[in-house]
Amino acid sequence: MTFLEIHDVHKNYGDHEVLRGVSLEVAKHEVVCLIGASGSGKSTLLRCINALEPIRSGEIRVAGDVVSGLGVDVNRLRRNVGMVFQSYNLFPHMSVLRNVTLAPVKVGGRSRAEAEEKALALLDRVGMKDKAGAYPDALSGGQQQRVAIVRALASDPQVLLLDEITAALDPELVGDVLAIVRELAQDGLTMLLATHEMGFARDVASQVCFLHEGRILERGTPAQIFEDPQEERTRQFLGRVLASGRL
Amino acid sequence: MTSGAETEAVVTEPTPPQRVLPTAVVALLVAVLCALAAALALWSLHRMLEPPAGVDALLVVLALVALLPLVPAVRAFGDDRRRGRHLAAGRLAPARHQAASGREHAHTAMGYALAVLICAGLVWFTTANDGAITRTFLRWEFLRSSFANVLDAFWINVEVAVGAQLLVLVVGLVVAVMRLLPGRAGRPLRWLAIAYVDTFRAIPSIITLYLVGFGLKLAQVPVFKDLSPVWLAIIALTLTYSSYVAEVYRAGIESIHPSQWAAARSLGLSYGMTLRTVIVPQAVRRIVPPLLNDFIGLQKDTALIGVMGVTDAFAQSRLTASNVFNLTPVIVVAVLFVLITIPQARYVDRLLAKEQTRTGRS
Repeated sequence: MTFLEIHDVHKNYGDHEVLRGVSLEVAKHEVVCLIGASGSGKSTLLRCINALEPIRSGEIRVAGDVVSGLGVDVNRLRRNVGMVFQSYNLFPHMSVLRNVTLAPVKVGGRSRAEAEEKALALLDRVGMKDKAGAYPDALSGGQQQRVAIVRALASDPQVLLLDEITAALDPELVGDVLAIVRELAQDGLTMLLATHEMGFARDVASQVCFLHEGRILERGTPAQIFEDPQEERTRQFLGRVLASGRL
Repeated sequence: MTSGAETEAVVTEPTPPQRVLPTAVVALLVAVLCALAAALALWSLHRMLEPPAGVDALLVVLALVALLPLVPAVRAFGDDRRRGRHLAAGRLAPARHQAASGREHAHTAMGYALAVLICAGLVWFTTANDGAITRTFLRWEFLRSSFANVLDAFWINVEVAVGAQLLVLVVGLVVAVMRLLPGRAGRPLRWLAIAYVDTFRAIPSIITLYLVGFGLKLAQVPVFKDLSPVWLAIIALTLTYSSYVAEVYRAGIESIHPSQWAAARSLGLSYGMTLRTVIVPQAVRRIVPPLLNDFIGLQKDTALIGVMGVTDAFAQSRLTASNVFNLTPVIVVAVLFVLITIPQARYVDRLLAKEQTRTGRS
């Protein structure tokens, strides 16, 4: 069953058209990887899905309900659609635990005790339980990103959007973060990832989309995209990635 | 080593260290001149005070202190001599060390000597005209007789300052948030906030005090006409300083990276909740130093509330001063203002230091 439906979405910043008619269906428990060069619209697409950016035209549905356009309860939508950012974006004035419990307590209506118990369990899962009282500035990038993932998970989202979450990390820290995402995929969490980690995309994705100049140029299973790309642009892109030693 | 030829020479032939002697001579001259100036100033002080033996002893100690810069100046000469000896023996590195040490000593001598000169100048100024300046500004008997009166009146300044500061914290934030309201719906409120800030930041606070102090009473404005002058002063200063502080808040809020907004909104927090729990708490931490600056300005402006007929410390001190024909009471007010400001500055320093250790920022 299609869980997330993106239909002919257009988006522009001023005169610059970033998305030119993107359509995509994501079923429950699917992991979709968006690949493509910088500026191809991957991040923008993710930000449109949870309404951080308004779209010009088209339609986005989550669980059958239209979530784009006017009159949508964006705050409710966002509780169902978690997001993790490239630069972690933890709140520097709050401890790790407060970062994670903020949304469950303030908008989820849970008691602090209940939220903290759940937060600690989640932090434990990513090996960050002993850092619950620490402030983000005292953590490494990889640790911060693990906390950011937990923060997004704490609201029990039905789909998780991951925007190049390893792009700002030192190479030796990338593995830890990807291991967590892999585990989430195995647990059946629906995810959309914009990523430059092609090897990772090939391993975990059920669907890979190649974006080029605001369009999904090619779409298929990892095997189709990585072993036998049909489009010339896809081949060029993968060739460049291969040449830089990242596949 | 400035010319190209010398730079090239480095490769084969190391350059000897420069002579220290000229710098040492200058340092010695400066130290001697400054010590002379200090001696003159202290002599002038001695004549003015015609003091008992105890104070004279203190003056002698001060004179000796004024001679201290001579010590490093003389040392610089010793360093220069040793540099020469090392150089003659071909020991280049020790010669360089001595030269460096000599320059350091000469510079130290000049730095301290100039400080002595400045202090001597101040002493000379206060004792000039046979001590007329000191007698005008600082007479012990008037200090004693006016202190209680002035201190009593100073509590009004403190009251007005604290009252206005508390209100300014709230009103300033409200105005800043109004000015930052998004979208078409927020536009009229944005304009009002801008108009308010533009107006009250431009009007001198003494004029606002005057107009609020007399105008609201004259016009028989309900509620306001019954307020005590102290409350009217608090309102006037709140009007003026909220416009400054609103801009400080706005700068703080705008300095928070948009990614913090995105992160908070992506968690389902509303605009207001994001502002309250994520943006403003971070902004407030950043604006503490400029906020203190404006608060000190506000405290000082409480000395203006005399124009609306309130007898604050300054008004009181002027009364006393004209009675005794001496400015000592006014100096008392000035000192009181300094005394309440310094602890605040240190407190903010401590807050910032604590914040840094807590968040682990170096």
